[in-house]
Amino acid sequence: MGVEGIGARVARKEDKRFLTGKGRYTDDMSVPGMKYAIFVRSPYAHAKIRSIDAAAARAMPGVIDVLDGKQLLADGIGNLICGWMIHSKDGSPMKMGAWRPLAHETVRYVGDAVAIVVADSIAEAKDAAEAVVVDYQELPVVTDATKALEPGQPQLHPEAPNNLIFDWQIGDPAATDKAIASAAHVTEITIHNNRLSPNPMEPRATLGIYDGGDDHYTCYTTSQNPHVARLVMSAFYNVAPENKLRVIAPDVGGGFGSKIYIYPEEIVCLWASKRTGVPVKWTSDRTEAFLTDAHGRDHLSTVKMAFDADNRIIGLKVDTTANLGAYMSLFSSAVPTYLYATLLSGQYDIPAIHANVRTVYTNTAPVDAYRGAGRPEATYLLERTMETAARELGVSPAELRRVNFIRSFPHQTPVIMNYDAGDYEASLDAAMQASDWNGFAARKAEAAKRGMKRGIGMSCYIEACGIAPSAAVGSLGAGVGLWESAEVRVNAVGTIEVLTGSHSHGQGHETTFAQLVADRFGVPIDSVNIVHGDTDKVQMGMGTYGSRSGAVGMSAVVKALDKVEAKAKKIAAHLMEADESDIVIENGELKVAGTDKTVPWFQMALAAYTAHNLPPGMEPGLKEGAFYDPANFTFPAGCYICEVEVDPETGVTKIIQFVAADDFGNIINPMIVEGQVHGGLAQGIGQALLEGVHYDPANGQLLTASYMDYAMPRADDLPSFTVSTSNTPCPNNPLGIKGCGEAGAIGSPPALINAITDAIGNNRLTMPATPQKVWAAAHAAN
Amino acid sequence: MAKITMTVNGRQVSGQCDDRTLLVHFIRENLGLTGTHVGCDTSQCGACVVHMDGMSVKSCSTLAAQAAGSEITTIEGLAANGELHPVQAAFKANHGLQCGFCTPGMVMTAVDMIRRHGGQLDEATVRAELEGNICRCTGYHNIVKAILAAAVEMGGARVAAE
Repeated sequence: MGVEGIGARVARKEDKRFLTGKGRYTDDMSVPGMKYAIFVRSPYAHAKIRSIDAAAARAMPGVIDVLDGKQLLADGIGNLICGWMIHSKDGSPMKMGAWRPLAHETVRYVGDAVAIVVADSIAEAKDAAEAVVVDYQELPVVTDATKALEPGQPQLHPEAPNNLIFDWQIGDPAATDKAIASAAHVTEITIHNNRLSPNPMEPRATLGIYDGGDDHYTCYTTSQNPHVARLVMSAFYNVAPENKLRVIAPDVGGGFGSKIYIYPEEIVCLWASKRTGVPVKWTSDRTEAFLTDAHGRDHLSTVKMAFDADNRIIGLKVDTTANLGAYMSLFSSAVPTYLYATLLSGQYDIPAIHANVRTVYTNTAPVDAYRGAGRPEATYLLERTMETAARELGVSPAELRRVNFIRSFPHQTPVIMNYDAGDYEASLDAAMQASDWNGFAARKAEAAKRGMKRGIGMSCYIEACGIAPSAAVGSLGAGVGLWESAEVRVNAVGTIEVLTGSHSHGQGHETTFAQLVADRFGVPIDSVNIVHGDTDKVQMGMGTYGSRSGAVGMSAVVKALDKVEAKAKKIAAHLMEADESDIVIENGELKVAGTDKTVPWFQMALAAYTAHNLPPGMEPGLKEGAFYDPANFTFPAGCYICEVEVDPETGVTKIIQFVAADDFGNIINPMIVEGQVHGGLAQGIGQALLEGVHYDPANGQLLTASYMDYAMPRADDLPSFTVSTSNTPCPNNPLGIKGCGEAGAIGSPPALINAITDAIGNNRLTMPATPQKVWAAAHAAN
Repeated sequence: MAKITMTVNGRQVSGQCDDRTLLVHFIRENLGLTGTHVGCDTSQCGACVVHMDGMSVKSCSTLAAQAAGSEITTIEGLAANGELHPVQAAFKANHGLQCGFCTPGMVMTAVDMIRRHGGQLDEATVRAELEGNICRCTGYHNIVKAILAAAVEMGGARVAAE
């Protein structure tokens, strides 16, 4: 692997600029003549707009203009779309209501944008936004998905009667019902997956620049996938044709899914730049982020898990209601369907599964993918059910899982997925050993002497990453292909640029992608630059989400490196008058194997560009591109164990230890992989213990709109983690990578809740397990 | 509008700003030092931490006018002669950052924390002291590790010098 190659624990190349204040985030961008935007947002969760009077605001100091939704509509800017078509079980297409970038008739959640104010300064724009008079006629509100489906509830969109977007199913209902009817034991449980706010620390921002000279637009934005942003804004929103629109996502301060989507603000700032003739920058404040960044999760499910007399699972039936908020966000329809119900087999051999999913409009912010996206929902549901079943059946949770593990691969589940490789018992054993599972009883007894209730819980998760084979997702309704592209440019002096359609917003691609090149050619990573995030530099890409940068993005780089290597060997063979099959590349040199003949890498590169002495017919230069379309999803899996102490007097839960044993396939940089797990665990623990978005059901006001009200995990809420990996390489991509970005957030919530319910002896507990809830549950158990 | 003068990273600077201008906006907009970040509106997240007369403050809840006449150090002023400060170096060595957005505030908080506690820091103290800095990427694991490593490095250096 070398000191900088695949598998090396290399410190990150990008760190210096972040550590010295030289990172360049969207809000750091400044261009001549730039003005500032503030959005006028609805204070009501549901209302008709009778009129908007901006005359007074327009006359205020520093104001350039105030623009509203009627002007936007008149200029032909399109509706926001959902890019994944789902059909209900009756065959009808999902019922998509119109989402205007600026509402001009109806507002449907608190924060819905109705106008943009452009002014010389943020302060002046804020003052003017206060002076825009919007006459609203309030309408009744519904925020809860189950309630929204009931008769007589407020209706959000005329296209979707009873607020039902689709009623979808997967699996075999008859076989599943039959299994349940014949079962020796059926475990039933209701599972609520709480609503979350993603909260990347960098708030969303965008800078729209219209250049009238060339009729050209530039959009700086906080995006995980700038090319998809350009595609959607060009093809669907009529902002500009692709060749007249450049999207740049510079340094981006975290995403976690919430920066996948193209939001109204990007569209409106570009349009406003043309209307006003000045560059327009908007930066979200944190309250706007809580109001308008797509939320995550918000499922309510009932579960029946059927066992035979040998404790083998023979059937699983799930019924889920998913809240999608006021509008269908870009991938919102895929999250509670193909990213969720296809993982309901977990790590277990289950012959019959049936899941039914209804998605619902409510007067809340749009809900879409958040770290894990569907897979945390599936894992939480399954792993709480498994733990519950183990308690009901009187067997150890580890043994119940062992009995049901899938042990031969490939394994076809009843819910589409074909697992390619894994060793679930290895992760389980590793986690049990690392946590000293067998010593728990003694620790519990010791804690009891101190008056503390100690509990232990586990979770065995699986996820589908590397999303995904384009033809497969196309057949399931995706509006895009999910390949990735790469280009490798060797410069005349031998330094290398790798252009990738993946986007780094914390994942460390500038280091790990360079490690691939160092590994291949033996050149130092400092001579390799990774270029990403600019549609003028990288031709096309699908971006970073779903833990796909390694499995898909790096695979594209590998394909391009293969082509570069082949040409480099031809050039070197020609220079050394050798056969190209005898050329090996090591330590930055091309050698004739078994001889002392060598050509340094830079000399080969120079020869490619001087073109004085190339093989006959060879084109000058050394630059190769590749597109990689994955053959299958990848299936990271693992076992997490959490041990807690609950103080019965206060209900406060203290995490004593958290152990993660993962199978990520081959690893490029263990330091970065561990960091991804740590961060995922913190978000999963946050969901289980602290975080929850709350709306007032009476009026749809967001009650958790700041860090004073929404409990983000802080350093003293968390322990140090014990992480390890035991890896089975993925057989379906050239590097054997599975992906590691979401695992921590997927596997951790059930392990923690299983530990708390074990400690307090009451299984009736919902996330977040706040001290008040835990105290009440602990006392209800007694 | 008022004219404000202060010393930032060793250099005297002046600028015109509204009375209501926050120190963070003066630093970012007037001085173009964009390493100091704004991550919330309620002085919770700590992405904006700078040092004012040697002590860490949240520049999002300090008026620029309050800083008049003071010595301000921002993240851009921490490295000396092209060498990373030991805290910056420890964050890099221990992978104490991912997206980098909270990092300037984390580093400035950590420098002040180590100054106050010397080499006596332990994990529980570091975690308690980080109460005012939110990170969404790292789970704090490697931030804590980095601060402890830097504390040892800096404490050790001081002992060696004495």
